[in-house]
Amino acid sequence: MEPLFAVLVGALFTVAFYLFLSKHIIRILMGAAILSNGVNLLIFTAGRVTREVPPVIGHDADVLSASAANPLPQALILTAIVIAFSFFAFLLVLGFRTFQKLETDRSDEMRLAEPVSEPSPPVGY
Amino acid sequence: MRTVIFRSIAPFLTSLMVLFSIFVLLRGHNEPGGGFIGGLIAASALAIYGIACGVAAVRRAIYFHPMALSAFGLFMATVAGVLSVFASVPFMSGLWTYPVIFGVELALSSVLVFDVGVYLVVVGAIGSIALGLEEGDRD
Amino acid sequence: MAVPSTPLEDLSVAYLMEPVAAADWLIPAPVVWCLLVGSVLVMLRKRTALQPLIAIPSLMVLVFITLGLLWHVAVNGTVTMTMGRWLPPFGISFTVDLLSAFFAATSSLVALAAGIYGRSDVDDSSRRYGFYPFLLLIMAGILGAFLTGDIFNLYVWFEVLLISSFGLLVLGSRPVQLDGAVKYAFLNLIATTLFLVATGYLYGLFGTLNMADIAIKASELRGAAPLMTLVTLFLLAFAMKAAAFPVNFWLPASYHTPRIVVSAMFAGLLTKVGIYALLRILGMLFPVERQELSFLIALAAAFTMILGVMGALAQNDIRRAMGFLVISGIGVMMAGLALGSPAGLSGAILYAAHSMVVMTALYFAVGISARLGSSFKLTEAGGLYARNAAVAGLTLVLFLSVAGLPPFSGFWPKIMLVKASLDVGAWWLAGAILMTGLLTTIAVGRIWALAYWRPAPEAADGAGETPDPMDTQPLSFGATAALGGLVVITIAAGVWPEPVMALAQEAARGLLDPSAYVQSVFPVEASQ
Repeated sequence: MEPLFAVLVGALFTVAFYLFLSKHIIRILMGAAILSNGVNLLIFTAGRVTREVPPVIGHDADVLSASAANPLPQALILTAIVIAFSFFAFLLVLGFRTFQKLETDRSDEMRLAEPVSEPSPPVGY
Repeated sequence: MRTVIFRSIAPFLTSLMVLFSIFVLLRGHNEPGGGFIGGLIAASALAIYGIACGVAAVRRAIYFHPMALSAFGLFMATVAGVLSVFASVPFMSGLWTYPVIFGVELALSSVLVFDVGVYLVVVGAIGSIALGLEEGDRD
Repeated sequence: MAVPSTPLEDLSVAYLMEPVAAADWLIPAPVVWCLLVGSVLVMLRKRTALQPLIAIPSLMVLVFITLGLLWHVAVNGTVTMTMGRWLPPFGISFTVDLLSAFFAATSSLVALAAGIYGRSDVDDSSRRYGFYPFLLLIMAGILGAFLTGDIFNLYVWFEVLLISSFGLLVLGSRPVQLDGAVKYAFLNLIATTLFLVATGYLYGLFGTLNMADIAIKASELRGAAPLMTLVTLFLLAFAMKAAAFPVNFWLPASYHTPRIVVSAMFAGLLTKVGIYALLRILGMLFPVERQELSFLIALAAAFTMILGVMGALAQNDIRRAMGFLVISGIGVMMAGLALGSPAGLSGAILYAAHSMVVMTALYFAVGISARLGSSFKLTEAGGLYARNAAVAGLTLVLFLSVAGLPPFSGFWPKIMLVKASLDVGAWWLAGAILMTGLLTTIAVGRIWALAYWRPAPEAADGAGETPDPMDTQPLSFGATAALGGLVVITIAAGVWPEPVMALAQEAARGLLDPSAYVQSVFPVEASQ
């Protein structure tokens, strides 16, 4: 299973980095969303893929059965999903607001903070 | 989306979903469920009510601003962790008490306080995003 | 499935723990306090007059808590609290050694100064949108990152501080802020995602996320696992957070756009969290791999400091020049990390603390210069010495301090670093540090000559864009006091450096020999 997942993670990363190379904010945002999914899959694979025994302690037991899945990567992924989701929501709103105010979503046209025609500092007075 | 059918059903659906979210929240300690998923259900209930009856109606119905709800949840969750100072155990330790009320033993814990806090954080945060987007739609 | 490092029977010990001493509550207290006050402030976000009245005393309390924690650690050594009675390595530990406590104390001093300065620098609408709540929440993130002993928890605190910094960055949402925020947000998101990738690999290799546990296992796994890949990924992710060359471009694009007090906080604290993470993970957990990478780090450091200060020389906007000076300082700290010797690491630690105080104060000084009627543009600025000689004098102290001239706090860490690089024969690194000092002196000297010393230029009005009304309001006592307080710290640390130097050296020893750190987390195993 792991090689398959590794290839899948690689594919997701490739798509994400390709999208990062775009000038359009919305595509970079898509790239970030895909990258976060790739990372989640990576953590899942890093926690070892096992047979489908859920990590739940039954009523008649005190410890997990040895064959149960590793619960920690799932907790990590859940945290990462929540964070990635909130970031995605924030960046979507930020990108949209920027598009409304600056009337562009191309990153190379956003030169308000770094103006092109900034004069050089004076050399004397 | 403001059809008569949807508008008449939405309040019932919302109250049912909020009730269910509280059920999910409370069963969360030993079974699947908990504050996070309960909060998501409650936030989607608010979103449905907002789609059917307008954002203003939702804001009136929840009375507090969603961000204030969220902040109160954060406060509660932190306080739940601090409670363990009184038991001389590390931060965030679960503390349990079993009062008997009307002959029924109730298992109350600081974990529950924390979970209710998480529930409020999620309802507030997701609710304010959803209401914000729905408001933006109508401009 | 990773093998748990503790046999299952030992878990019963978790419930036979000794009661927690009251002093140990200082460990989570800074973070808990910030979260509590921050959430109360969010609830009160419409009471804009009340917010600073709650926030500033709370920040004072925070300073006392972190100073108490520093005292506790200095007296009792490294201390640990593991949350919720889950034994390490399973539970999340907060482990505080001298490095963590020193950075925590310095950063809360800076936050207090920012809180006081912010009183007159943010208007009611920015307060309603959460300047003070975000200030407290970003402090929770920063302090959490300094205090935690768990790598995934470190990631979570990074995200907490990142999301609060987004909030602070767009306060007021002028178009230029949105422009800067887009670049800041995307590049930082990519950096933290890289950090998460590295954390995923780390978990796959080690089966643990507890830093002390990793420190034990790293020596066993060395040679059997691709640790170099892992460490290089961590280096890239944290270098991006710290704005080291060649991944520094988000910083000068965004740091000059928000309110001055927000820029000051960011310049003082955010990049230093990246440096802290580099010191902790490369310096303490993976010293062998850091040694392998030392040439690469040194090269990046030299480029960062030289190109940073050259960027500062080329800027007409004083705020942007300050942004480049932040980058240049990051290069100096990275040089200490590259050296890795006790002297190098302690130099880096001391320089980081110096930079927290001085960079924040520099942004305050720039904000105050605008309030005294000067401009952010060098071509239009002037006449500040004639208007207010005291502020001009304080600013000159800061300028000399950031350039690393005696008798101010920037001097000693640079001496330590130059000596440490000469000790290992890295003359070019020593040369780069000295060269940076010279170029910084030129850059800040020119700013002082043009904006402060020369007479005010005549009627250049109407040429530039209309300034924000908050930028030109009269100078308040609080703003001057915040600046003056930080200047006093830099002078005190320059004239009487022994205590902080001893602290930094002790902290560096703790990084190089993590046995005290490990023993603090695993007292049971160590006593067996």
